[in-house]
Amino acid sequence: MKIAVCIKRVPDSETRVKIAPDGKRIDEAGVKFVLNPYDEFAVEEALQRKEKAGAGEVVVICLGPAAAQETIRTALAMGADRGVLLQSDAIPADGFVTAQALAAELKPGGWDLILFGKMAIDDYNQQVGPMVAELLGVPCVTAVAHLELDGAKGVAEREIEGGVEVVEFPLPAVITADKGLNEPRYPALKGIMAAKKKPLEVKPVQLGAGAIEIVALTPPPERKEGKIVGEGPGAVPELVRLLREEAKVL
Amino acid sequence: MTAILAVCEQRDGTLRKISYEVVTGARRIGEVVDAVVCAAAPVAGADQLGKFGADKVVTLTNAAFAKYAPEGNAQAIAERVKAGGYAAVVFAASATGKDLAARVGAKLGVGLVADCTEVAAEDGTILATRPVYAGKALLKVKVATKPAVLSLRPNVFTPVERPKAGAAETVAVTVAVGRVVVREIKAAEAGALDVAEAQIVISGGRGLKEPANFQVIEELARAFGGQAAVGASRAVVDAGWRAHADQVGQTGKTVSPTLYIAVGISGAIQHLAGMRTSKVIVAINKDKDAPIFKVADYGVVGDLFEVVPRLTEEIKKLHG
Repeated sequence: MKIAVCIKRVPDSETRVKIAPDGKRIDEAGVKFVLNPYDEFAVEEALQRKEKAGAGEVVVICLGPAAAQETIRTALAMGADRGVLLQSDAIPADGFVTAQALAAELKPGGWDLILFGKMAIDDYNQQVGPMVAELLGVPCVTAVAHLELDGAKGVAEREIEGGVEVVEFPLPAVITADKGLNEPRYPALKGIMAAKKKPLEVKPVQLGAGAIEIVALTPPPERKEGKIVGEGPGAVPELVRLLREEAKVL
Repeated sequence: MTAILAVCEQRDGTLRKISYEVVTGARRIGEVVDAVVCAAAPVAGADQLGKFGADKVVTLTNAAFAKYAPEGNAQAIAERVKAGGYAAVVFAASATGKDLAARVGAKLGVGLVADCTEVAAEDGTILATRPVYAGKALLKVKVATKPAVLSLRPNVFTPVERPKAGAAETVAVTVAVGRVVVREIKAAEAGALDVAEAQIVISGGRGLKEPANFQVIEELARAFGGQAAVGASRAVVDAGWRAHADQVGQTGKTVSPTLYIAVGISGAIQHLAGMRTSKVIVAINKDKDAPIFKVADYGVVGDLFEVVPRLTEEIKKLHG
């Protein structure tokens, strides 16, 4: 199987967000960047599919700054065969621009499967995977937590409110991965060493600005200072009274 | 007159309540709001949309639209948007809406502004605010795409009654069904609410000590008479105690219920990010220095195995 996995470099989920002086982005000083957690499920799925097929290639493609080479190396250390960095210092807020750049790279690939994480935990755009599918004219299932492939057919399960949708689709397809799809492996030392020698192609790309313009990035409103109602079960009646009379939520 | 298309949802032929939120949000950015829903036949409850501000309620019918038909629905909606010359098309950021909005955006050749918590129109420009970094920051954007494609975070746009004509129109659409087919919906346990949509969420963390102890949380949830969903922290989901679908936090769901009760959750940054937009937060934890108390409106310090059953009792009295 020939599988492409599109990945993103994002701040670690434990990052404390500080706004940069321009008020439009985060201050990256001291921020630890990682492979987007949902993309780990995508990489793992690709590796398992290739292992199961007994042959094939897993290629990771990342749109990002030069430092994203490190993110690609993480995926290579997990076991991907080679990487492509579409190098751009800025990623526009307009997800369609990102989708166009990735689709252009993916178009000639002859992929059996193209995987994404269901979203990036930084910009929460939740759109690049299905947009790439649309641009490539390939079927797509998003937020997949269970996947079965049988020849040229696939069955995916995706969580919806109050249930699970069972979706059938033909291959090749674009799948975006949700938590639960698999258990991503940790790169072993051997993998980390091997990753250093794996091919990583860097291609500068020029992205348009798109039509979604950032006005401001602000911290969320501070929550009002709360109060400790009391200690132990004896505090419960007072808590219930406050929820009814002060907060008016009961 | 700015016209907005509000994309509503149905399940099993009944309008989903989140549709009222979509129409309410759409009214904030346009004078004329047309609601649209894809279905196999007329949708029960669609006639209520006029009450919340829909000038027209259009049902796009196709035999293949009984369940969500990702490609067929996207095609039908995109065509409707183009034909109607709408300035914006608004979705719910629900499981279906998230999937559909991105597809429609791509068909229209524009980016999506996902999961908005505020939308406004100023001098003909649409402005939207959306949480990023799981709510650790808010991003305000000017949307110059033609049209604007927006999805709205559930539970944020409280439905407001602003009656309009709500004239019903049914249009049979002849689009290809598409290659991606929803074969079935496996329903969750009867009465189980989704944490992202519930008005009350009670989440448990490592303080529960073992999976079976989630029973105390479930009993409290039941005491709220079907309004409450049970959530979980990342630690207990990663430990396999609870389903991934229940996880609240940066790599789980971001929730904004009216009441969020955190039980035995210390309050890691990634968890706080997922629930800090809740209207009222209650924390129950034995460690008085736990970070969760910094975001909680009301805290009770104590052993959750004593405090929660007492709370369940009191709530039962209210709902008695």
